[in-house]
Amino acid sequence: MAEIIQEEKAGAKKKAKKHAPHIDMTPMVDLMCLLITFFMLTSALNKPKIMEIVLPEKQTDPNAVPPKIAASRTMNILLGPDNKIYWYTGNVKPEEYTSLPPVTETDYSPSGIRTLLLERNRALFKKIDNYKNLVITGKLVISQDSLNGSIRQLKKDDDTGPIVLIKAYKKANYGNVVDIFDEMNICGVAHYMLVDITWYEEKMVETAAGIPSTAVVAKK
Amino acid sequence: MPKIKLPTKSPHIDMTPMVDLFSVVLMFLMLTATMSQNEPAIVDTPSSISEKPSPNFNTMTLLLSKDDRVFLNFDNGEDTTLKFRPKILTEMGKRYNIEFTETELKEFEKFPSSMGVPMSKMKDFLAIKDAKARAVLETGIPIDSLDNQLADWILFTRQINPNVQACIKGDSKTSYPIVKKVLDIMQEKNVKQFNLVTNLDAVKINLAEIQK
Repeated sequence: MAEIIQEEKAGAKKKAKKHAPHIDMTPMVDLMCLLITFFMLTSALNKPKIMEIVLPEKQTDPNAVPPKIAASRTMNILLGPDNKIYWYTGNVKPEEYTSLPPVTETDYSPSGIRTLLLERNRALFKKIDNYKNLVITGKLVISQDSLNGSIRQLKKDDDTGPIVLIKAYKKANYGNVVDIFDEMNICGVAHYMLVDITWYEEKMVETAAGIPSTAVVAKK
Repeated sequence: MPKIKLPTKSPHIDMTPMVDLFSVVLMFLMLTATMSQNEPAIVDTPSSISEKPSPNFNTMTLLLSKDDRVFLNFDNGEDTTLKFRPKILTEMGKRYNIEFTETELKEFEKFPSSMGVPMSKMKDFLAIKDAKARAVLETGIPIDSLDNQLADWILFTRQINPNVQACIKGDSKTSYPIVKKVLDIMQEKNVKQFNLVTNLDAVKINLAEIQK
């Protein structure tokens, strides 16, 4: 005990030098600046988004009968070269192969294909929009998941909207395909499918776009 | 006239708040940032209205470049603890009668971005350390019907990791026949659901617009 008191006294004698408690932080700031710059430059801030598509099963049985769809509701969208879209409704019958029906040209702008699709899909689009409005205004309280589920159900029940067959010509590009799928999502089209282009459709695109025909005529 | 005497002060500025702020920003960036990977080809993805973020794990990403080359990547470059990459490469080696050494498998495991090398050049590719020399070998994964290596990659990837999801990251200028070929290969291998990687580009349309 006595010893400790002695020590304390000895310590008190030594007058501690008064230092300002400043630490020079400049190097630290320098380092942090560098790190921040590094992270800002290397990081990808916007995470890429994904769009889901489902393709039908590959048809391996040559004798399988393709599903029947109403010709009046069918809308064929042919993705042409130079960001152009050609479309026609219904289907081409074998007796029409010699004089193919004309196609209408349009583009990917909001006034082009979107207006067309919305016109045809108005009933369903209205239903979905009304439903969403109910949720937004709070008249209907459901979770996001069940909202998506109900919209899916609305689309499933739809029997007036168009059935869109998307067919890409060989000079179309990947951006065109994504754009058209995106348009389908925007317009809430219930039934759409990416299918192979037929030889007569290739011919129709070529005639409309004014490029020499390369289509190989399939023998029936 | 007497001189005005300025009080002698040390020229120190208190940097503590600045350091605090920097720390916060740094922490934020470190935690939120996902490293942008160095892809072997610059890909300008098309935009869509989809808001679903792309998954980080259990993915195989097919990169379709503008010059019609096909690259493949697993799990965004980061390998999970399950170590799929070396297993897949071993299987591929068995299929093409190439024996890979331990170091080569390690090298493939570490490889951070998409790769697009035919199997015949895989050994050379893994031996080279220089990124520029590596890029020369990246001619894309062959997708011809005669030498369809992509189909094998997809097959083995799905065998080793059954939960894998297919993502397609294409340049908007990639020509459609290549896309179709890749989709056909996937369909043949029974992959029916895809995720197309896009940029977000919000579009709003209202009812009034279509009623006119």
